[in-house]
Amino acid sequence: MVDTKLLTTPVSQLRQLLQERDISSVELTQAYLNQIDAVNGALNAVITICREQALEEARVADAQLAKGQAKPLTGIPILHKDIFCTHGVRTTCGSRMLDQFIPAYDATVVSKLKAEGVVVLGKCNMDEFAMGSSNETSYFGSVKNPWNLDCVPGGSSGGSAAALAAGMAPLVTGTDTGGSIRQPASLCGITGLKPTYGRVSRLGIIAFASSLDQAGPMARTAEDCALALTVMAGVDAGDSTSADMPVPDFHAALNTDIEGLRIGLPREYFNDDLDDAVRNRVMTGLGELEKAGATLVDIDLPHSHYAIATYYVIAPAEASANLARYDGVRFGHRCDKPKDLVDLYLRSRSEGFGEEVQRRILVGTYALSAGFYDAYFNKAQQVRRIIAQDFHRAFEDVDVIAGPSAPGVAFPFGAKQQDPVAMYMEDIYTLAVNLAGLPGLSTPAGLIDGMPVGLQLIGKPFDEQTILNMAHRLQLDTDWHMAHPNLEISAS
Amino acid sequence: MPVSPEDIKNVALLARLSISTSDLAEVTERFGRVLQLVDELNTIDTSEVMPMSNPHDMEQRLRQDAVTETNNREALMASAPAQEQGYFLVPKVID
Repeated sequence: MVDTKLLTTPVSQLRQLLQERDISSVELTQAYLNQIDAVNGALNAVITICREQALEEARVADAQLAKGQAKPLTGIPILHKDIFCTHGVRTTCGSRMLDQFIPAYDATVVSKLKAEGVVVLGKCNMDEFAMGSSNETSYFGSVKNPWNLDCVPGGSSGGSAAALAAGMAPLVTGTDTGGSIRQPASLCGITGLKPTYGRVSRLGIIAFASSLDQAGPMARTAEDCALALTVMAGVDAGDSTSADMPVPDFHAALNTDIEGLRIGLPREYFNDDLDDAVRNRVMTGLGELEKAGATLVDIDLPHSHYAIATYYVIAPAEASANLARYDGVRFGHRCDKPKDLVDLYLRSRSEGFGEEVQRRILVGTYALSAGFYDAYFNKAQQVRRIIAQDFHRAFEDVDVIAGPSAPGVAFPFGAKQQDPVAMYMEDIYTLAVNLAGLPGLSTPAGLIDGMPVGLQLIGKPFDEQTILNMAHRLQLDTDWHMAHPNLEISAS
Repeated sequence: MPVSPEDIKNVALLARLSISTSDLAEVTERFGRVLQLVDELNTIDTSEVMPMSNPHDMEQRLRQDAVTETNNREALMASAPAQEQGYFLVPKVID
């Protein structure tokens, strides 16, 4: 019998159970490992399970709890997206290229959480090199959406989102370059936060697009995200783009009143292209915030339309540079019997990378190549500034900007795979937030025909606090965030 | 601007990717769709706009040029697909 109540309990309550010794970390860890064993065959959300190591970490956590030396997350199990380097634990990034890669160090996010005493259950499946919005590009196979096994979980942090929704962990990590935390959070009915660019160190996160990548927490509640972000955030000597800003205790200020806050609704998001059912759920959520004292105002982000074109120059260009390191020499996949050095490069890379990754490398290389740099890369960086300025102008009048997290609910496998551009449209409401470096959060806003849909809240730079507070308030007033699929999942 | 299969072959070589002859037409077609999408950028005037490479226009932070890492060579070399006596092995480059 699956203990659904335990497996859907938020971290904020689990830590009380741990600290009051009502449950041990070993018991909790075992419960999640059992659920992973029971449902991963059907969902394919986890690539690597760290069974023995997790139980050992849980024993250490229990000892600390017994001595009264526990920190806020001590003994809480977690699953990391397989993009975070984990010392001694295989880290694949969803790619054949890194099928056998075992890092010699931990990502800063991993080591910060480890220092807190969290228990690492394993590593989550993902779109290859975080390039995808459906988890269909993973070398390790697609992840299934626990709400409907015929549908995608979103991507690229789709393994993380599906695992959380299916009760395989109470807390997961993700990364978001163009929507990769918020879109799968929306499609799996959980809460996901992409912090401000620079808020969380990128050291040890396998690079995709370095001026856009950010790591963040995904959990059942905004409160849990606040607990985790407080630990994950902070300047890091190992990442020169991490921001040297004080990190507030996001959890302590969570109950700040939202009365009087102004929420901007971009006309460009709530236009005729928006699906009626999504609009209905998002507006219902915003109506709740209005009841709690916030004011809704229409705003303009006039260059929203250009976000996709801008992103699909900048992200592939940065990716083509970052992925040049996979040469079959120092680490990663190497082809058999290369006849010379160029053959080694060509075959190792073409065998090691999947179709979408190769397409983005090609597009990026093209955009950066002689004769095209000004027309594509430089131009996209100029439009990026115009898009960012739209947000900054809007934030002179409002505290938060709201919209949908994704254009619809989870879609069936294969529905968008044949057309890269159709897939890119999945991130139409999230990409611009990365271009502008802003924090964004997706919180559940109810179901459409039994499938979850998310409401996105976008904050001012380094003001994760306000969007967390607002999502927390919504979650106090509604129970959409506690909806979950049946946790007894078996392969069909 | 339309791209030809020849263009794709050249870019692939620059990127050190090999595309089989049988895949070339499809790769070119899908690449073209992405390019068509991004060509939309040409409809916006950016003559007075500075390119943005960091969303906060952050300056590169520098540190003292001091050794901060210990020698971790054995552990790092363990990831190499082929090595000999602490060196990466590659096919013969110079005759």
